Amino acid sequence: MNFIDNPGKLRGFEKNIKVEKVSRRSILKGLGITGGFVLAAPVMSRQALAYETGAGKMPHGVVVDPRVFVSVGSDGIVTIVGHRSEMGTGVRTSLPLIVAEEMEADWSRVKVQQAHGDEVKFGNQDTDGSRSTRHYLIPMRQIGASARTMLEQAAAKRWGVPATEVKAVNHEVVHSASGRKRGFGELAADAAKESVPSIEGLKLKDPKDFRYLGKGQVGIVDLHDITTGKARYGADVRLPGMKYAVIARPPVTGGKLVSFDPDAALKVPGVEKVLKVQGWPWPSKFQPLGGVAVIARNTGAAIKGRDALKLVWDDGPNGKYDSVAYRKELEEASRKPGLVLRKEGDADAALKGADKVIVGEYYVPHLAHVSMEPPVAVADVKGDKAEIWAPVQSPGGTREDVAKTLGIPEGNVTVNVTLLGGGFGRKSKCDFALEAALLSKELSAPVKVQWTREDDIHNGFLHTVSVERIEAGLDKSGKVVAWRHRSVAPSIASTFAAGTVHQAPFEIGMGLVDMPFEIANISCENPEAAAFTRIGWFRSVSNIPRAFAVQSMVGEIAQATGRDQKETLLALIGSPRIVKPEVKDLWNYGEPQDSYPIDTARLRKVVELVAEKGEWGRKVPKGRGLGIAVHRSFVSYIATIVEVAIDDKGKLTVPRVDTAIDCGTYVNPERIASQIEGAAIMGLSLAKYGEITFKDGKVQQKNFDDFQVVRMDDSPVVTNVYIVPPGPDTPPSGVGEPGVPPFAPALINAIFAATGKRIRSLPIGKQLEA
Amino acid sequence: MIKVKINGQEQNWDGDPDLPLLWFLRDEAGLTGTKYGCGQALCGACTVIVDKQAVRACITSVNDVAGREVTTIEGLHPTGDHPVQKAWRQVNVPQCGFCQAGQIMQAAALLMDNPKPSHDQIREGMAGNICRCGCYQRIENAVHLASTGV
Repeated sequence: MNFIDNPGKLRGFEKNIKVEKVSRRSILKGLGITGGFVLAAPVMSRQALAYETGAGKMPHGVVVDPRVFVSVGSDGIVTIVGHRSEMGTGVRTSLPLIVAEEMEADWSRVKVQQAHGDEVKFGNQDTDGSRSTRHYLIPMRQIGASARTMLEQAAAKRWGVPATEVKAVNHEVVHSASGRKRGFGELAADAAKESVPSIEGLKLKDPKDFRYLGKGQVGIVDLHDITTGKARYGADVRLPGMKYAVIARPPVTGGKLVSFDPDAALKVPGVEKVLKVQGWPWPSKFQPLGGVAVIARNTGAAIKGRDALKLVWDDGPNGKYDSVAYRKELEEASRKPGLVLRKEGDADAALKGADKVIVGEYYVPHLAHVSMEPPVAVADVKGDKAEIWAPVQSPGGTREDVAKTLGIPEGNVTVNVTLLGGGFGRKSKCDFALEAALLSKELSAPVKVQWTREDDIHNGFLHTVSVERIEAGLDKSGKVVAWRHRSVAPSIASTFAAGTVHQAPFEIGMGLVDMPFEIANISCENPEAAAFTRIGWFRSVSNIPRAFAVQSMVGEIAQATGRDQKETLLALIGSPRIVKPEVKDLWNYGEPQDSYPIDTARLRKVVELVAEKGEWGRKVPKGRGLGIAVHRSFVSYIATIVEVAIDDKGKLTVPRVDTAIDCGTYVNPERIASQIEGAAIMGLSLAKYGEITFKDGKVQQKNFDDFQVVRMDDSPVVTNVYIVPPGPDTPPSGVGEPGVPPFAPALINAIFAATGKRIRSLPIGKQLEA
Repeated sequence: MIKVKINGQEQNWDGDPDLPLLWFLRDEAGLTGTKYGCGQALCGACTVIVDKQAVRACITSVNDVAGREVTTIEGLHPTGDHPVQKAWRQVNVPQCGFCQAGQIMQAAALLMDNPKPSHDQIREGMAGNICRCGCYQRIENAVHLASTGV
């Protein structure tokens, strides 16, 4: 019942891609997908599903097989495999919980086992794109239902009764006519001999009988371990004979080592060796940047040794990257026509004929992920075999890349997935695991590579930098009749393909071409922008600058017309309808538009819900203001109201945040609330402080003192979360990322309400002072 | 030879006396509950308690704690049932969990110093500990809960 009946066929996948020199992991994000290669859809029948998702198009698709994901011990312990990476969303709990629900397992007798990286066995494992529940709610239910059916069949055979007469209830199978019962443990051996039922014939539970799903009563499986220091992250892996390494990497992306002097480093107590690390030419994809590694008996000695290295670098082609000059280039590009991606009506003419034109040029700088656990990995390479322990969001991709980098078969690579101390997209790139693999091979010993916080900030895969310029044309009545949005930003694709100057479908599909407003004349354009550092996915990606620009512009239109922000927003969203933008590739987060349309009724609903619950329009004291914003991302709908307070010195605090989310059918509302609470803080961090700048090709920030994030004393005092109850069969949609984008524009609109100042450039920094 | 008492057990160190306590704990003593987050006392992930004071282990050398008593998350309570730990679980505080050992140690030290902190005192007292996932609202509530009885 494995969806991948012919793994050999899969290997041809790459050959079908027209964009050359693009890694598979980039393809899955949407780069160069030429359509039509649907892997799992023929197996996952329409009858079994109320809706289709894009799960089958992910590398290695979906595997629905209880023998892969579920085992039942004779002691009754049910072990369920979690095949996605836990970085704080609760996915290691929620996916197994779905299986337990459907198989009638008692959660207190369930153990979760983390899958190693093996996508042929488990299906796609990339934990990114807010996809896990979205893609796996139905497959996990099917796996649970299969396991339940096998247990029921085994019991029915034992009792000599038809399988239709027995029923699994809370960890046992019951034959109510005779009053007989058998625990799952007693049935385990027989059930294992049963054939796996066909997906088409499975009977899924009626949601009204759910004990766990949608209830939010189950804590995360790692809760006790986390609170007692026993939880094991990548950084916590220790192997006998393991060496500790830190690496001095080129300070400029694409730079090369010219020479190094290891003598002083070798004199540091505890330092054992200094080695060159192989680097890859720019653009280096997910491969290591190279440099010099210091090997020591502990991390502290390795860091001290690295400080003592004498290094000479050739900065290479990106040595002139300068954020001040680059911003000017982006701004200038945004003022000229660019590649037209969406054209409806005639925006040029309508802008010329408009009664009033409002222009906003919005800037969002580079951002660093700064997950609390910086990148770290342990590798043990012996001959042609490699074992990796790492906090990776892409266990399958890591396995492939380790195999390729070491030149060994993929089957010889084991990737053990630890807990992730935060990910936010950074740990979708496995360069740190590749560094560990290369060093372990060279030293013939297990090696841990630890990135310092400075490394994390200096050598990351940053969030892009962008100028979003919007021109809105209003008629005499104040109605918006024209909308031109130019987005200029270096693309993530530039990390894979040299010469990339346009954004990819998965970037322009994040709030540019899928803009849902009901406006007659629309032009969405993408002028060129080249990249001079590694750009990567950062939680909610291009939605950050897009929501900031679009929702700030809504505030500016309200400001110009003297109307209420919320009413202006609803007027722009317009009538409840399905928006079908005239775009060559809408992307739509990889999801079919039939199941996941752009539905303005749902967009309106979250605005209205947050306005009601968040008491929009309430009187606030002087120096305070309310702002609102809504954004659809990762096929979810989210609206946020921020109350801001600004004192006479310009100090900004946030007394209250209200957020409404419509993420369709959901599994764990308690973890949804925690994601949204956290998203408000990440949104506030990027709005208030977030900025990575370059001078002479080098990142100018280094640690939490000059790349600040929100601390408890300036975090929102209260964040309230409201979840829209799903309709029957509403497909699940994203939760991990969508909370971030609407926060900054809601905050900026609130600042305008409080002070009359309109901020168009992030971070806010000192703009409110004096 | 430096002698340090960690979680009630005597430990010896004859290497670099300037080695940060953090790396001694994690790499030499195998107590990995204490985390590295910044190395500059900016994030609080490495917080341990030394003689009833919250200390950042990343800028404290092994020599600094010679002859003193160090408590890490592993030694806070034998069964993990310190009021702060219990409150943390009741409020479902963690997301990724990486910073939580430091947060819990800071909270435990805060409550030793001030058993009934106000919400403002909690926000101020915990401001040295960064949580990138953004669990602050729950941390605040958990510290409050621990101070009022779990």
